[in-house]
Amino acid sequence: MAGCCFYAGYPITPATEIMEIMARDLPRAGGIFIQMEDEIASLGAVIGASLAGAKSMTATSGPGFSLMQEHIGFACMAEVPCVIADIMRAGPSTGLPTQASQSDVMQARWGTHGDHPIIALAPSSVYECLELTVQAFNLSERYRTPIILLIDEAVAHMREGIVLPSPGDIEIEERPHPTVPPEWYIPYADPGTGVPPMSAFGDGYRYHVTGLYHDVRGYPTIRADEVEPLIHRLFSKISRDFDHLQWFDSYYTEDARITVIAYGCVSRAALRAIKEAREKGLKVGLIKLKVIWPFMHCTIAKILENSPKVLVPEINFGQISREVKRVNQGKCEVATLNKVDGTILTPPEILRKLEEMYS
Amino acid sequence: MNKVEIYRGWCKKCGICIAFCPEAVLEADEALYPTVKDPEKCNGCRLCEMRCPDFAIVVYRNEESYPETDSSPGK
Amino acid sequence: MRETTHLVHKYLRSSKRFPHIWCAGCGIGIFMQSLIRVIDQKEYSKDDVVLISGIGCSGRLPVYVDFNTLHTTHGRALTFATGIKLAKPRLKVIAIMGDGDAIAIGGNHFIHAARRNVEIASFVINNQVYGMTGGQCSPTTPDGTITASSPYGNLEPDFNICRLAEAAGATFVGRATVYHTRLLEQLIGKAFEKKGFAMVEVVSQCVTYPGRTFGPDPAVAMMKWQRDNSITVAQASKLSEAERQGKIEIGILVDKERPTYHEEYQKLLRKKPKV
Repeated sequence: MAGCCFYAGYPITPATEIMEIMARDLPRAGGIFIQMEDEIASLGAVIGASLAGAKSMTATSGPGFSLMQEHIGFACMAEVPCVIADIMRAGPSTGLPTQASQSDVMQARWGTHGDHPIIALAPSSVYECLELTVQAFNLSERYRTPIILLIDEAVAHMREGIVLPSPGDIEIEERPHPTVPPEWYIPYADPGTGVPPMSAFGDGYRYHVTGLYHDVRGYPTIRADEVEPLIHRLFSKISRDFDHLQWFDSYYTEDARITVIAYGCVSRAALRAIKEAREKGLKVGLIKLKVIWPFMHCTIAKILENSPKVLVPEINFGQISREVKRVNQGKCEVATLNKVDGTILTPPEILRKLEEMYS
Repeated sequence: MNKVEIYRGWCKKCGICIAFCPEAVLEADEALYPTVKDPEKCNGCRLCEMRCPDFAIVVYRNEESYPETDSSPGK
Repeated sequence: MRETTHLVHKYLRSSKRFPHIWCAGCGIGIFMQSLIRVIDQKEYSKDDVVLISGIGCSGRLPVYVDFNTLHTTHGRALTFATGIKLAKPRLKVIAIMGDGDAIAIGGNHFIHAARRNVEIASFVINNQVYGMTGGQCSPTTPDGTITASSPYGNLEPDFNICRLAEAAGATFVGRATVYHTRLLEQLIGKAFEKKGFAMVEVVSQCVTYPGRTFGPDPAVAMMKWQRDNSITVAQASKLSEAERQGKIEIGILVDKERPTYHEEYQKLLRKKPKV
């Protein structure tokens, strides 16, 4: 639906099913599927295909995501659109391959070396997997940057009925293309939006792509007056659109004395807990994050101003809660509820914590 | 007669062209740049051109094809 | 105005500063020239050629030439090449790697690209050292060699790149030195024509690090060494394993036909999935 026509991957629990479905269906849809020798190669092939003009993606889990970091950095630097689904299992190392986790949140942000911008989305239902995957491709093409789908194992393996949107109802974005003849094409010049038009290899716009710092022509440079504008543009092409990336759902937050901030499978348990708490007369609400990175400072800051207490439940040692505390700067009470035993947080556990905090 | 043109601006003086010319047409000048010592001996094999790592030599197989110019660089 | 007369100059990016970054007498420039000459002979459109490199001295090659050029990560050039070729099969995809690049950090990609048989013309410029980082030993550095990272002598035997490619299934394997430029051009041409994964090992010289031990004219001395120690495939076949030691076997080592990945993929489209 999003227009993906190239998939390269490597088997890994619990993300393998994505690859298996692609292996079966992508050739019949006119696309290319290839199983590579490892995750580094997978993302390399994906970036190559994208440079040749194909909307491309891969999917993996923790250990494979670690291997992909090298090429995530390359895609950020060379500004190549691509989508990477990371099905989160517990780590570090081989960890718990079959158990759900949300412990790759910080890796998605800072996994590859060097300063770089990143966009990561976190669906919490089957429908959101569809919706946010389409959005991931759209954002990737719009900003020419890798997009990470952070999906915990529980959501990734979830089966539930959804109503598929008809193709016409889905807005599909394409990367900006050059609008000048080849001789006048300057591949990395800022057209004002921060996102240079992108030509596919073979379309007559011959240019150089590199992971080195480069000038507007794409040629390697160490000149401070060329290096600094590039890194600033890489960040600002996304930061200037922060307002458009405030994607969240709020439930019962108007009068909430405790607001839960959650994402992925935990947000589902939290919603159930909140409904039960409301039945008991507790004024609690939920903010469900759909965009994890860039972190929605403004949205969260407003919540922290209006809600005396905030609870951040996660199935990790506390990764998004760090960000919430950073934005909070001591304004309100931020509590955490972390579970790191390989099982998911349940509604009763969250409800118990809410009751505790409420009294 | 064949003509050898050397672009000194690109030459790094590695000496490959001089060492491997089968007819010993080239020699090093005081600054170690290659220079044509014996143009008559050039057999037009182009090995110096093909082995120049810096693309700094062109061999014209006969004088007729040599472009007329007022200021051919680097001679 | 004076016209550009050197054939190679017509393919260089005039917006790049020259001379290039390689040391005086480096073999990469000689290989680059051969590569361009063959591309010109084949009359490929500049728009249809994609030149992909990894990291290291050889990684800097693509930026100088006016094709679609891609300077990737260390050892991974073939993975990008695979994606490009499959996504747009009409493109002429050329991967350029160094010895450490292709065989050490990229060894896994190298053998699998050969096995998979995607149509990529690949070239491994083997100077037997990590030059860009200051002369450390590589997987092709001969046993016992003193380098920056083997001050007591290299403890490991060296890899035979061509035999590795052959064993992994490459459909064309050749080796030439930069001294043997005519042979080098022939092999590049054959590699371009091959429907499948082709690999040519380009024996080159690092004049700056191993070259230090070769006297005042390292480029010349090292190319003389290439000249004096090379034997043809036919000559090598008459020698024993012991007699071949220390010799560079040049020529075509493998030239065979096998369906490419792309051809197999086209066949797959006519099948029904079994699971």
